[in-house]
Amino acid sequence: MRLSGLPIPEPSKFSLPVLKTRQPLRRFAPAPAMMSVEKPAAETPAVEREHLPPVLLLRPLLSHFHDALAPKFRFLKPWESPLPRDEFLAAHAGDVRALLCVGPFPVDAGLLACLPKLELVVTGSAGVNHIDVAECRRRGIAVTNAGNAFTDDVADYAVALLIDVLRQISAADRYVRRGLWPIQGDYPLGRKLGGKRVGIVGLGSIGSAVAKRLEAFGCTILYYSRSRKPSISYKFFSNVTNLAAESDVLVIACALTTETYHIINKEVMQALGRDGIIINVGRGALVDENELVKCLMEEEIGGAGLDVFENEPAVPQELFHMDNVVLSHHRAVFTPESFHGVLEVVLGNLEAFFSNRPLLTPISE
Amino acid sequence: MESLGVLLTLPMNPYLEAELHRRCHLFRLWESPPARRKDFLRANAPSIRAVVGNAFVGADAETIDALPRLEIVASYSVGLDKVDLARCRERGIRVTYTPDVLTDDAADLAIGLSIATLRRLFDANRYVRAGSWKAKGDYKLTSRFSGKTVGLLGLGRIGLAVAKRAEAFGCPICYHSRTRKPNVNYKYFPSVLELAANCDVLIVACSLTEETRRIINRGVINTLGPKGVLVNIGRGPHVDEPELISALVEGRLGAAALDVYEHEPDVPEELFRLENVVLTPHVGSATWETRKAMADLVLGNLEAHVLNKPLLTPFL
Repeated sequence: MRLSGLPIPEPSKFSLPVLKTRQPLRRFAPAPAMMSVEKPAAETPAVEREHLPPVLLLRPLLSHFHDALAPKFRFLKPWESPLPRDEFLAAHAGDVRALLCVGPFPVDAGLLACLPKLELVVTGSAGVNHIDVAECRRRGIAVTNAGNAFTDDVADYAVALLIDVLRQISAADRYVRRGLWPIQGDYPLGRKLGGKRVGIVGLGSIGSAVAKRLEAFGCTILYYSRSRKPSISYKFFSNVTNLAAESDVLVIACALTTETYHIINKEVMQALGRDGIIINVGRGALVDENELVKCLMEEEIGGAGLDVFENEPAVPQELFHMDNVVLSHHRAVFTPESFHGVLEVVLGNLEAFFSNRPLLTPISE
Repeated sequence: MESLGVLLTLPMNPYLEAELHRRCHLFRLWESPPARRKDFLRANAPSIRAVVGNAFVGADAETIDALPRLEIVASYSVGLDKVDLARCRERGIRVTYTPDVLTDDAADLAIGLSIATLRRLFDANRYVRAGSWKAKGDYKLTSRFSGKTVGLLGLGRIGLAVAKRAEAFGCPICYHSRTRKPNVNYKYFPSVLELAANCDVLIVACSLTEETRRIINRGVINTLGPKGVLVNIGRGPHVDEPELISALVEGRLGAAALDVYEHEPDVPEELFRLENVVLTPHVGSATWETRKAMADLVLGNLEAHVLNKPLLTPFL
């Protein structure tokens, strides 16, 4: 299960068709039992299970997720059937009203067409770029996401990446572990965080949480967003290039859509300048990765802290040797607290749906 | 201040050294081989009226005694554990240091180290750079920082700055220091042991004195426990280093982030293999901006001294 941290989409921001990412399915090494074609032993007797509301899964859940939810819902598991997926759905999922997707498996128009009774898509991620939100809206299907379950951890991670890049924590650690301190002397000086102008790209819940933290370090906060936020005192920019021109650091925390694809491009990087730093905790495709690598190699920007990449798990190898780059394998949300939080949100949304109560974290229309 | 003879103990900053050379009469202690150091001092003692030292080599009793004309020790550091303050007091030697200008950097580092340790950022970097992400999925969970209780050992300038930052992460703050601080909303514990028992991340930010030497001992480490994190941005001798290492190896202490060590620049190699540590080479104030500000403060103090004006940042 890979859960990605992005802010809740703003109202009427995603009326355009959503970009589907091509991220390969990164899962735990599948336990053979989960991939077998025989039906698994039921946790509850078949008769009782029949009364549980059915929920369609597309991929196996991590065991703690499964164990928490299985007593309350009857999971339909297409991968356990010898039938091809569409036939399975036609045979078994004709009445299914809810789909749970945990991980960036695409929920596209083709899939939705096989589920005529679908009313709800629950995703265990903050980002919904893997879901054809426009198609869901057309079909009257509600979509819920992780809400604020990931906000703190992603914001913490963004700050940690930034301090690491500026103060070279990971690079200096490598220096020490290689035994170089006694031989080559003091590590080269880093750069001070206080007083830096930090441009937040996307001031949703994660962007705001990053801003709040960095203010305590004496940073000046600027932001780009689709529209100005009336109650926010940070300086607003309607254009990312202009934001970059007045920033020392860019923190990318917006949702990935067709509009924001490669929003951090060559022009933005040049505006950011030679000492500029890019921190990406959104989606890899928000940044033109080839251009980023080129700018880093030619020292046209000062450094980067990256938790996400365009073609995970592939990471451009040119970055491996750069001490001004901090790399992480898309794990900003990998804490027990976030996992627990998102489980609660997923469970809460499913329970609300099946008892006709308002959903907890619907994405806005 | 061309007539001011200044002994610089180490090559600590090119700008500082260049300015001292330009504006004063500079003696570079390291230009004499260690075996001839006493002779070097004796030969130049008539001219030396100022010493500029740092956290590694300061002005110990032997050095002070060898310099009968010494008037001022201007330390390129905020910590004065390498200056024999008692000797200075006896001789009426002024001592200046560099408070405030490095407070932010030290506090930033403390928080950066705390998050990096809990979230295993070093490990993530290593994993990706080894090409391991292609080969296997990794679902290891790491500990959240936000909301963890931060315990400060020492609530001086740096301790307060760390607390202010940690509060922005929703971290409850508690502290232990020699005396309870008035006008502070954080919970005070009268002993370091109680502090350790009541926090998740213990950050050492006090000065090194005889009382605080090895204040982080086996008892404190065990109390902090298998989920606890120790962050040392103070001085290496604050911590019983061998005890710390065995605790980390045995899992009695959850994790540690160290910027300082008992015998810098030598770091015990047992630490190199550990996944639950972050090791930085005494970079608490190591930014361009701050080191320049520290240098200017040293120069400003020396100039004030020569001009008989009030010192900018006197300690003694």
